[in-house]
Amino acid sequence: MVPFLIRRVGLMLLTALCLTFIVFWLTNLPPNLEKLAKTQGTVRMTDAQTASWLETRGYARPLPVKYAEWLGLIPAWTYEDSYGNAAGRCIGDGIAPEDAPRRCGVLQGDWGQSSVFREPVSEIIGKRLWLTGKLMFWVLLVMVPSALLIGVLAGMREGSRLDRTLSTFSIATTATPEYVSGVILIAVFASSAVGLKWFNGTATGAMEDATFANFTLPVATIALFGMGYVARMTRAAMAEVMTAQYIRTARLKGLSFGAIVWKHALRNALIAPFTVIMLQIPWLLNGVVIVETLFNYKGFGWTLVQAASNNDVSLLLGCSVVAVVVVLLTQLISDVGYVLLNPRIRIA
Amino acid sequence: METLSWGAIVARLLSQLLPVWIGMAAVFALSFGFKRRLGLYGQLFDSTIGMIGFAIVLFWALTGIFADTIITFDPLQQISGMKNKVPGTPLPEAVAGYRYYLLGGDNLARDVFSRMVSGATIVMQIAPLATLFAFMVGITLGLPAAYYGGRLDTFLSFLANLILAFPVILLFYLLVTPEIVQTGLPTYMAGVLFLFPIIFLVVLWNSRYFTQRGKRAAYLAVTLVLGLWLYLGVAWNADPLGLISVPPNILIVFVSVVFVNSPTVFRIVRGLALDIKTRDYVAAAQTRGEGPWYTMLWEILPNARGPLIVDFCLRIGYTTILLGTLGFFGLGLAPESPDWGTTINDGRKLLSIYPHPAIAPALALMSLVLGLNLLADGLREESLRD
Repeated sequence: MVPFLIRRVGLMLLTALCLTFIVFWLTNLPPNLEKLAKTQGTVRMTDAQTASWLETRGYARPLPVKYAEWLGLIPAWTYEDSYGNAAGRCIGDGIAPEDAPRRCGVLQGDWGQSSVFREPVSEIIGKRLWLTGKLMFWVLLVMVPSALLIGVLAGMREGSRLDRTLSTFSIATTATPEYVSGVILIAVFASSAVGLKWFNGTATGAMEDATFANFTLPVATIALFGMGYVARMTRAAMAEVMTAQYIRTARLKGLSFGAIVWKHALRNALIAPFTVIMLQIPWLLNGVVIVETLFNYKGFGWTLVQAASNNDVSLLLGCSVVAVVVVLLTQLISDVGYVLLNPRIRIA
Repeated sequence: METLSWGAIVARLLSQLLPVWIGMAAVFALSFGFKRRLGLYGQLFDSTIGMIGFAIVLFWALTGIFADTIITFDPLQQISGMKNKVPGTPLPEAVAGYRYYLLGGDNLARDVFSRMVSGATIVMQIAPLATLFAFMVGITLGLPAAYYGGRLDTFLSFLANLILAFPVILLFYLLVTPEIVQTGLPTYMAGVLFLFPIIFLVVLWNSRYFTQRGKRAAYLAVTLVLGLWLYLGVAWNADPLGLISVPPNILIVFVSVVFVNSPTVFRIVRGLALDIKTRDYVAAAQTRGEGPWYTMLWEILPNARGPLIVDFCLRIGYTTILLGTLGFFGLGLAPESPDWGTTINDGRKLLSIYPHPAIAPALALMSLVLGLNLLADGLREESLRD
């Protein structure tokens, strides 16, 4: 188990390195840097001015060097203009050039400065992640029990009318991406023209204090899309378990149907959905981006969109590291959990 | 003139879609007639779920094909006074052409119905083709990864997992921007990705007709000439005859969708091939002295077709969702493009006051993906039966 974990964590670090390097490379392509210069400086800069803007801010240097600085492996760049004013990666507001550390990268715990929000990246991500965490908590709280319930009820008696109805429902929810279900839910429940006006169409207020009115629709939108897939997997697992020998034995010895489902089938049927739920979390991240944009809820997904559309290099790198860690960590947990839940499987 | 009632709107919609009904009736009549001779496709008509799914998919496919005769207005035409009008609103007297906006007008006074129908054409052009390309890439890389194993497998799997670790939306934001188009990166990606179908077909024919020189030469020549001609035109926009060219923003959407889908297909193919590799008929082929590519493409691949066909249907649906996501974030396609994602994005700003411009494409997209899911379910059920 321990060598397996070490190998997986090593692979995770390697993936994160490769991935951040790709993001770094793509965001540092010349046209992207020009766009950054023009949005941060003025739109009407000449080419020469753009070049000097990039020069004085340390963008116009070789890519591997910049990447190593971001990681904190080599001393950061400094620049001194003709008036003797020093600037540099580690020199920010409140830090004098003399006291600035030589290296300031991820390894030193410094994630850089966001160029859009003008705040340290770590602060922004911490704040936004908390908001998204709140959203995700409610989504999982709604999604997991209802998906399991639907799956178990459908798989309990395969081919029955209940199974057909619930299966069709779960297919319908997987076929409805968040931007479609969100739009429909808003039109039905929040539209001021024709809708029922039960809930709010935006979730901006939910950032401060989440209420039933402003948080239901975003949570429902994400939960619906994720639910169908988990429910279908649960149904498949449950249907398979119900045909097993020990279920027949239990039935022959005269146990009631409820007792069979509850005591014998359920535990074995819930191994597969556990992995599915863990692997579903990275997909929920995708849904989070769409839903946060649609409902104007300024969480992690919203930040990702802002960072990407403004080519905010540091913030985007921070976001991708978080995303990669979420993806790989859930994979790891699902693998380890699978082994713990199912003693027949061993990993060397 | 008065605003149409819902009954009248539905009647007019149905009559406007007449070519689609005729086409569907023809396809269904023929399929039922020759049901027993059509293999898996024929068996589909034994399952109710499968038939419903097939009907929905066929509906949208035919709508996409006959879009030019179905639409009542040009999808970009703006008619003053029709801004955000409810479904069934009559046109001002002075304007010629069809008398009503059947599904209302959007915030730029364009006809929602015509835009939705034209959107079907775009989706039906890109989604199946992009999925097919992703399958070619996934198969061409997945089979050797599973067959040879070792370093090749480790390397390719790492690459696939790397791409899969990217959140899809981040990848789109990084790849599908005007700045990235300037660098020519999408063209290079297209240059690499579009080589795979040619490689796939060349290897396929070469391994099959290795001993029949004449046939092999003929197949290879046709594939290479046609393939390279299309390749030059589509990927590099350098068709020597000047017939084929793809607008750069369509190309970049296409490439990014193929790029996002291929790693998953790779994983599926690799998993299936790893399982099939241990079967006796593969060992028999190896003992006969067949080459590795023959074994992979003509022994392993045909036996993996069931799950692959099912996944193909599901993946077209997923690709449709991805295209919608791109449109929703305003990436890639032109802002006035009638594709469903862009239209939903347009409509969502006024959603709480005028929901109809966003609802029509939303329902269209949902029904198409639902149809593909039901079709896949029906196929799975029928292919498991025998």
